[in-house]
Amino acid sequence: MNTLGNKTTYREALREAHCDAMRADPRVFLMGEDVGKYGGSYAVSKGLLDEFGVERIRDTPLSELAFVGAGIGAALGGMRPIVEVMTVNFSLLALDQIVNTAATLRHMSGGQFAIPLVIRMATGAGRQLAAQHSHSFEGWYAHVPGLKVLAPATIDDARGMLAPALADPDPVVIFEHALLYNLEGELSGEWKSADIRSARVRREGTQVSLITYGGSLWKTLDAARELAALGIDAEVLDLRVLRPLDTAAIVASVRKTHRAVIIDEGWKTGSLAAEICARIVEEAFYDLDAPIARVCTEEVPIPYPKHLEDAALPQTPKIIAAAKAVLGK
Amino acid sequence: MSDVIPLKPVTLPRELALTLLTDMVRIRRFEEACAQLYGEGKIRGFLHLYIGEEAVAVGAIHALTTQDAVVATYREHGHALTRGISANAIMAEMYGKCTGCSHGRGGSMHLFDAATRFYGGNAIVGGGLPLATGLALSEKLKQKQIVTACFFGEGAMAEGAFHESLNLAALWQLPVAFFCENNLYAMGTALARSESQTDLCAKAAAYHLPTLRADGMDVVAVHDAARTACAAVRETGGPYFVEFQTYRFRAHSMFDAELYRDKTEVEEWKKRGPIHNLTNRLKAQNWLTEDEFLAIDAEAEREVRAAVAFAEESPWEPIATLTQDVYAAP
Repeated sequence: MNTLGNKTTYREALREAHCDAMRADPRVFLMGEDVGKYGGSYAVSKGLLDEFGVERIRDTPLSELAFVGAGIGAALGGMRPIVEVMTVNFSLLALDQIVNTAATLRHMSGGQFAIPLVIRMATGAGRQLAAQHSHSFEGWYAHVPGLKVLAPATIDDARGMLAPALADPDPVVIFEHALLYNLEGELSGEWKSADIRSARVRREGTQVSLITYGGSLWKTLDAARELAALGIDAEVLDLRVLRPLDTAAIVASVRKTHRAVIIDEGWKTGSLAAEICARIVEEAFYDLDAPIARVCTEEVPIPYPKHLEDAALPQTPKIIAAAKAVLGK
Repeated sequence: MSDVIPLKPVTLPRELALTLLTDMVRIRRFEEACAQLYGEGKIRGFLHLYIGEEAVAVGAIHALTTQDAVVATYREHGHALTRGISANAIMAEMYGKCTGCSHGRGGSMHLFDAATRFYGGNAIVGGGLPLATGLALSEKLKQKQIVTACFFGEGAMAEGAFHESLNLAALWQLPVAFFCENNLYAMGTALARSESQTDLCAKAAAYHLPTLRADGMDVVAVHDAARTACAAVRETGGPYFVEFQTYRFRAHSMFDAELYRDKTEVEEWKKRGPIHNLTNRLKAQNWLTEDEFLAIDAEAEREVRAAVAFAEESPWEPIATLTQDVYAAP
């Protein structure tokens, strides 16, 4: 659909991943608001209704609590549902089912029951959608034992992470940054072996580790390129998996560079960035040559005007400034 | 209200009627023991007794097949016992022992059992309704004629989960039997103080579910209503709503001083107690003697004593396995 020669998009990669999954396993079905006739609010499921029909591409009412809960129940009943919640903002209406049921049932039942469910949702700010449509709650979900949390930031991961998420016997929440859907690029082939366990170094470097995930990856890679022009060799680590965190990869990078900047679109207080910072301090404190820096969203509900929204979010110049500061430059 | 209630004949087969009576007595004796064990500190956490409401779980669950699924609430000891989870496994769970039906991880409010398709044990009011709706969706997608019986209190009907789940179940025609246990109080708040519409069937009917209302103190009436509902769910593949009007004789939990209701109200309802309601009728039609009743009661007591002994003797899980069963074992 959006494939142009070898080029594809993040959206198209997701769509193809869904097609593969639906064709491979009759237990897989997709449900969510406007996933069918409308084609998905971010057009990820465009055309799927025609191929798979209304039983497997189910338009739901605006009823997040019930349809996420129904996804949990259907997974419990032996299906492999993919539930699309339009955005993380609306997922708060389903938070009870995700946290109190999906995340707890295996443990509360003494291991008798499993919830092999995938929940996908768009996340993040950057489109002047104001405070109620710009949240980044990846860190909230990553706080909860019983959930696995993924943040595919590349086209390969958009293409490759769905299959292992569906194969996982536990509930997996996938965050797709809304600014990534139009991302264009080529599939490298690495998607075929995408795992949902490990972080990945997206740029090798020696002087500072820039640790990030999701939509901030591309701003961070831009920052690394500009830092290189300034003679600073930055490594960029894409976390990919936010729960369980790949602590070994974080520590390995910091042991190599001795400096860390964490870039996280969540608010700084109680953030994933705080957790990563704590793990570095716990496990690599004596390897550090400078205090850890964090570039997070300012502590404000995301404002509507572009200049204020831009100022609230992590941006490439802020990342460059933070990296220079930890290097004393 | 007159003390003399005309005795309705028991229209079920005698053997089934005696089974229903036996299960109600088992629940009563089991929970009386639980209350005592709570006082002794053997059972901790929250303990919600079902005493007075036994006819609902017993009458309804005996309308199910072994293939059907059950989703219950945090007041679910009776449902678990009736469904066939052993008293030993339930009591051990109350103790938090690893021989419990949830391996000790759940306690009173989280009884689970895969073998009998018993899906909890949910301590979030209304939390089981979306889950039951999804279980029914899986049956529909697998094209199975299986009922998911979802128990909840009338308090849950103020939750969004109720409205969203009934809408979805009716919209998608999912085979859920929604069984409302209306015991008149959401913890301490009377129905009329929490709901603008106190006709609960009208609420369900608003989502185009067929509805029934039954006397939840009469196990025969409960069973008849549940059978009607389950037969309709199996035939149509769509949901059904039944309101069972019942009453909790004990406090909401062990921490409830019962300041919100009059003792005379409780005494009035006790006159309609489900066990002597059925016992008297069975005796009146010569299907039960006092000796036979005493034998049923003695057997229930024996079962409970054995369960307590089993729980007492069962080992604690080692702390080394604390974080087990958060995720599937790798």
